[in-house]
Amino acid sequence: MSDTGTSFSFYSAQEHHPENGTMLGFWLYLMSDCLIFACLFAVYAVLGRNYAGGPTGAEIFDLPAVALNTSLLLVSSITYGFAMLSMNRNALRTTLFWLAITGLLGAGFVTLELREFLHLIEEGAGPQRSAFLSSFFTLVGTHGLHVAFGIVWLLTLMVQIGRHKLIPSNRRRLMCLSMFWHFLDVVWIGVFTVVYLMGVLP
Amino acid sequence: MNDHPQVETVQTHHEGGEHRGSLKEYLTGFALAAILTAIPFWLVMEHEFSRSSATVVTILAFAAVQMVVHMVYFLHMNTRSEGGWTLLALLFTLMLVVIALSGSLWVMYHLNENMMPAGMGDMHPMKDMHDMHDMHDMHGARDMP
Repeated sequence: MSDTGTSFSFYSAQEHHPENGTMLGFWLYLMSDCLIFACLFAVYAVLGRNYAGGPTGAEIFDLPAVALNTSLLLVSSITYGFAMLSMNRNALRTTLFWLAITGLLGAGFVTLELREFLHLIEEGAGPQRSAFLSSFFTLVGTHGLHVAFGIVWLLTLMVQIGRHKLIPSNRRRLMCLSMFWHFLDVVWIGVFTVVYLMGVLP
Repeated sequence: MNDHPQVETVQTHHEGGEHRGSLKEYLTGFALAAILTAIPFWLVMEHEFSRSSATVVTILAFAAVQMVVHMVYFLHMNTRSEGGWTLLALLFTLMLVVIALSGSLWVMYHLNENMMPAGMGDMHPMKDMHDMHDMHDMHGARDMP
């Protein structure tokens, strides 16, 4: 009996197995998501200047609006960080408060993006206009869809936390969503740099 | 709630070992990220550089640095988390990303060169028509009214 115990502790001391694979597994999911975005970025990089006689990036992109969108997402990143810090302190109400702020900022981001899309489509610069616009809508739309699902996930978690408090399972879920949320912000850095900023340059 | 004690152990492990992130860390990351976002926007909107290639290189460099800042200060990446496996997975993914991006651009750039697409024709229609008698049909269709 004691022999088994010793060998077990020896085993866990030697191998640095993560005791809970969820974080690592979720990280691997994010990495595969990263590959999806890499493919879409590659498509945009190849097709981004094929205007087919249609509008160019310089003509349709509204940089101040993009700057506002970028700051919404960046601020939502830090408010999620505040939610995690409140969670570490076991402060239930503060956690929910910061999660709500994060969700509102995310919703603002998605709303602004949808308005931009609708405006473009109304102007006749929809995804079917040119290869540039097809790849633009696919890349930016995929990111926006991620944020939208992140908000759904966030609302679900807020209900869960409201009902079951900050139990370990909910903490684990919050940590997964935190990785997802910050990851989307990292992808957005690529989007605003490659698509919007480089798009308006001659 | 049978597995509750087990999950509890896991939780302590995570809090003690990996999920740190202090207020100071988040605020530092936020300040750096804000600066690294503002500068490229300013460079592009105010046309600071006369050559756009210089601007492209600069804003790409800012983006790369900002991504690292987000990884370190928001995602709390380090060499020790999950026994180094997250970093290894990240490096592997980055390798694939670099291959996919540089490979696509490389291949498609040469393809475009050899196929002489409309884009090239639009930029130098006269020169192309002069140089490329063989492709007169294609250019005739695209460039000449």
